[in-house]
Amino acid sequence: MSDHDHQHRTGEPAPESATAARLFDVRRIIGGLFVVYGVIVTLAGFTASDADLAKAQGININLWTGLGMLALGLFFLVWLKLRPAVPPTAAELDEAAPTGTSDGSAH
Amino acid sequence: MITLAEGLRLPTNWLDYTILALYFAVVLGIGLAARRSVRTSLDFFLSGRALPAWVTGLAFVAANLGATEILGMAANGAQYGAYTVHWYWIGAIPAMVFLGLVMMPFYYGSKVRSVPEFLLHRFGPSSHLLSSVIFAVSSVLIAGVNLYAMAIVLQALLGWPQWVAIVVAGFFVLAYITIGGLTSAIYNEVLQFFVILAALIPLTIVGLKRVGGWGGLTDSLTAAHGDAFLSAWKGTGIGEANPLGANWLTIVLGLGFVMSFGYWTTNFAEVQRALSAKNLSAARRTPLIAAFPKIFIPLVVVVPGLIAVVMEPALGKGDPAKGGLQYNDAIPVLMRDLLPNGVLGIAVTGLLAAFMAGMAANVSSFNTVFTNDIWGAYLKKGRSDGYYLTTGRVVTAIGVLIGMGTAFIASSFSNIMNYLQTLFSFFNVPLFVVFIIGMFWKRTSAAAGFWGLLSGTVAAMVNYFWLYKQGIIAIPSEQGANFVSSIVAFVVGALVMVAVTLVTEPRPAASLAGLVYGTAAPGGPDGAAELQAAGDDAWYRKPAVLGWGAVALAALCYIPFSF
Repeated sequence: MSDHDHQHRTGEPAPESATAARLFDVRRIIGGLFVVYGVIVTLAGFTASDADLAKAQGININLWTGLGMLALGLFFLVWLKLRPAVPPTAAELDEAAPTGTSDGSAH
Repeated sequence: MITLAEGLRLPTNWLDYTILALYFAVVLGIGLAARRSVRTSLDFFLSGRALPAWVTGLAFVAANLGATEILGMAANGAQYGAYTVHWYWIGAIPAMVFLGLVMMPFYYGSKVRSVPEFLLHRFGPSSHLLSSVIFAVSSVLIAGVNLYAMAIVLQALLGWPQWVAIVVAGFFVLAYITIGGLTSAIYNEVLQFFVILAALIPLTIVGLKRVGGWGGLTDSLTAAHGDAFLSAWKGTGIGEANPLGANWLTIVLGLGFVMSFGYWTTNFAEVQRALSAKNLSAARRTPLIAAFPKIFIPLVVVVPGLIAVVMEPALGKGDPAKGGLQYNDAIPVLMRDLLPNGVLGIAVTGLLAAFMAGMAANVSSFNTVFTNDIWGAYLKKGRSDGYYLTTGRVVTAIGVLIGMGTAFIASSFSNIMNYLQTLFSFFNVPLFVVFIIGMFWKRTSAAAGFWGLLSGTVAAMVNYFWLYKQGIIAIPSEQGANFVSSIVAFVVGALVMVAVTLVTEPRPAASLAGLVYGTAAPGGPDGAAELQAAGDDAWYRKPAVLGWGAVALAALCYIPFSF
């Protein structure tokens, strides 16, 4: 029974998953979300009220956190740009799916 | 009804809710999109084994950095002081390194999909079924702790009654896991790891400024709790008293060896992350990469706990029935008092996302084990893949529903970390004994696996419910008792295994290939050198360098807290 499911994992069409891998690259998602968050929180920092400042012990914490998040987001996007995801090769797909056939290597 | 932290409300506004809504729109969007590429049960359960090491490594540490960890370790910091660092530097790092260096080749190389499945190959069906059932029970109990932690945050956020918060949170998790499976769970984990850090770092900085910096913090704590509160080892001689209620021997053996190795090497919520890696080299590096962030997490979790107890000396002293603050409230209290809208939204999002990560990890490992190891293996054998995929989804729903029930058990503990560690001593430690002996002693027989597991579990429960709770032996604190339970479980399990092995037949050597240390895996010389991608021989990717580097760094971290 332990091998049962493995045998059903054959003939996955790889091109589709390779596109998905590029689209869902986690760096794109972290980068995108952090850029948006960074902008929102930085703006909240620029418009911080005296009460906000007093609450955070005189530190404009929104401004600094926002800038930090923006920087991290940009870092991930730049990384993605410089080193795009490589779609898995046929050999790697076979490694991941030892009982799979290689007819998914059409890309 | 218990209404925790009734007085604790977070002053959130539209800005914070925008941030929160944005997060869940992104995560659920990924889930929906990923669903189209989830076609087989292996994709659903293990993300198709295609992820790079840094993603699985962050997912590994993030699966551990759930809301329970954040609220619970801050609670530990507030209750026990700097002793809490033991849970990181001795109670996590060595075990994570051991998992990566020693155990991962057996897990990944044997192509198992779950921890109990490994026992099936090594010991046969009886140990497999027993461990699967134990595992299923412990997953839903731990899922309940996560739900309860989530309910604390929702209560503080919206003022909902606790039971409403638990039920709503449960259904939300259910929708989320059903839609995306493990792939989106792993995305969420990596994403929430960064979001929660983006919240905890500012929280710690502002908090430190409030209490007068590190100097001010240590002065206040020393004045209020004595200087042992800020050391890791002071008063841990055998027979001496200290806030933790444990001595160096129970810390090193109970926490550092038995409990932590039990948790990190057999907890499937963790190990599953490494099994999703794209090759063995990436799988081995998964826990090792995770070890580095883990070393520094106390800075932003335990330190806020210490700050909270200075700012709110009533923490943990109040009567919860009257809305008094508990140790569990340490982080929410700081968020309320220190964070302006904006960063507050990030913090709320981070906590809710961390909760989702923890709960999703428990529920998805529950459904993997239940579907593959109990249902598929013993009850309904040999059905189609689609059948098991559907079963997996139904089991997820059942797991969440049971989790809602067990959340109410968790709500009876003032410090959820105490309760969690009790569960680990019952369920993870005996499993670890069976693994470690089975992996290193070829002669260990099938019957020894079963009886070792059973006797270890029973021994831990006997120690906790009878010897400790009935006061037959005196242990000063709940955590101290957990350490002792772990040692008892380990020793009893090990003795029973050795005794049973000596009077029963060993398994045939051919059936142990790749499962026992020193045997060759089918398809590789030693099960460790195979399955490497190009570039994996770079020095910074060598498992030994990463592993020993992490251990050395953790040891260095102890220095400021040891004198």
